Amino acid sequence: MKDQFSHALVTEADLHAYIDGLLPLSRCAEIESYLASHPAEAERLKSYLKQSEALHMAFDSVLDEPLPKRLTVPPTPACTHAWHLQRIAACVAIAFTGGIAGWYLHGQTYAEQMLAKNGVYTVAQGSSSDDLARQAAIAHVVYSPDVRRPVEIGADQEDQLVTWLSKRLGTPIRPPKLGQIGYELIGGRLLPGQSGPVAQFMYQDVAGQRLTLYVTKDQTQNHDTRFRFEQEGPVNVFYWIDGRFGYALSAGIGRKELARIAKVVYEQIASS
Amino acid sequence: MTTREEQMTVCIPSLRRYARALVGNRSMAEDLVQDTLERGWSRLNSWQHGSDMRAWLFSIMHNLFVDTVRRQRMSTEAYDEDRGASDLSEPQMNRMLVMDLHTSLSKLPMEQREVLLLVSLEELSYEEVANTLSIPVGTVMSRLFRAREKLRSLMEVRESSNLLRMVK
Repeated sequence: MKDQFSHALVTEADLHAYIDGLLPLSRCAEIESYLASHPAEAERLKSYLKQSEALHMAFDSVLDEPLPKRLTVPPTPACTHAWHLQRIAACVAIAFTGGIAGWYLHGQTYAEQMLAKNGVYTVAQGSSSDDLARQAAIAHVVYSPDVRRPVEIGADQEDQLVTWLSKRLGTPIRPPKLGQIGYELIGGRLLPGQSGPVAQFMYQDVAGQRLTLYVTKDQTQNHDTRFRFEQEGPVNVFYWIDGRFGYALSAGIGRKELARIAKVVYEQIASS
Repeated sequence: MTTREEQMTVCIPSLRRYARALVGNRSMAEDLVQDTLERGWSRLNSWQHGSDMRAWLFSIMHNLFVDTVRRQRMSTEAYDEDRGASDLSEPQMNRMLVMDLHTSLSKLPMEQREVLLLVSLEELSYEEVANTLSIPVGTVMSRLFRAREKLRSLMEVRESSNLLRMVK
């Protein structure tokens, strides 16, 4: 089936920027959708990604090699800096481990910057359910302040939104109705996630307060969880895992209020 | 506050990695790093505080590399043949991939190799690469496109010959 989006503006430079993590996160979904309908192009980009991975595999070990005496900055003896270099090498190694993790992780660097700017700091890699909260918080921080285009498909085309996201996630998916508790659906978008596409629904109350529901599929490594709470800087997140699905509700509102909304969302999903 | 010497020292591992990938041969790469550090040190006054020290050193290395190649002192084909082969902890396919990569890299034109390595290995932005090499961003992009495509076809050829070798 032909995708609903026009790909006329996807250039060769965009494709390279996408794999180099230099494309704004807001455009990544567009490239994803282009690649989904152009398998040969997707293959080509995958082989470029493999090149970068192979380059790191071949040369990163140089970072850890002891420094020969002749390679020191003239007035400073090498030994005083040994600890410093080790620390740097370790940092770089950590950065790269994440960097080659895969296809869907690109754009992370940009999002990390956005989070840092917004007071959300990088935390040590936790379990994948912690990741769920974190990924949801990143997506919330990136998209919810967007005035011009917070969603890809608006609530005025809810049927189309439901059809599109269900098709891309490969399973029926429908946004909960939160009108009764004061939050109206604005729309939704598709995002790259760690194990495939992710859906994000966005809601807004009369005061303009936005909340997002992040839905992932294929939570294979996790067992079901109860409600969990995570604070990612200014964003509070309630999340839970239900079978193959992971849900995370994020907003810059108080924990108690968010818990109330999360309960409504949970009940609607459970009864659907 | 970190001193300029400290900042320069911090860049050394990255300079070494880039040089090793660019030149291929270990001792030639170390020579290039040493020359870069010496020249960087002697020109430290021309480095602007607050600007990216690593990109500045990369551009010094680039100039030295170009000079050296021009003088034909350094053969860019002189890639070590045994690198990667001694590390038995890595899976065999990975070792093969790494060795193929060394060989394929040596076949890329120097200009394309520089851009590819600065982007893919050193993770500079396209603008930073343009500044480092003193070329327009458009040239960076076209070299990157060609480098990736050429490397892809070189690696494909090697992959299929590896498969043949394994089947035999």
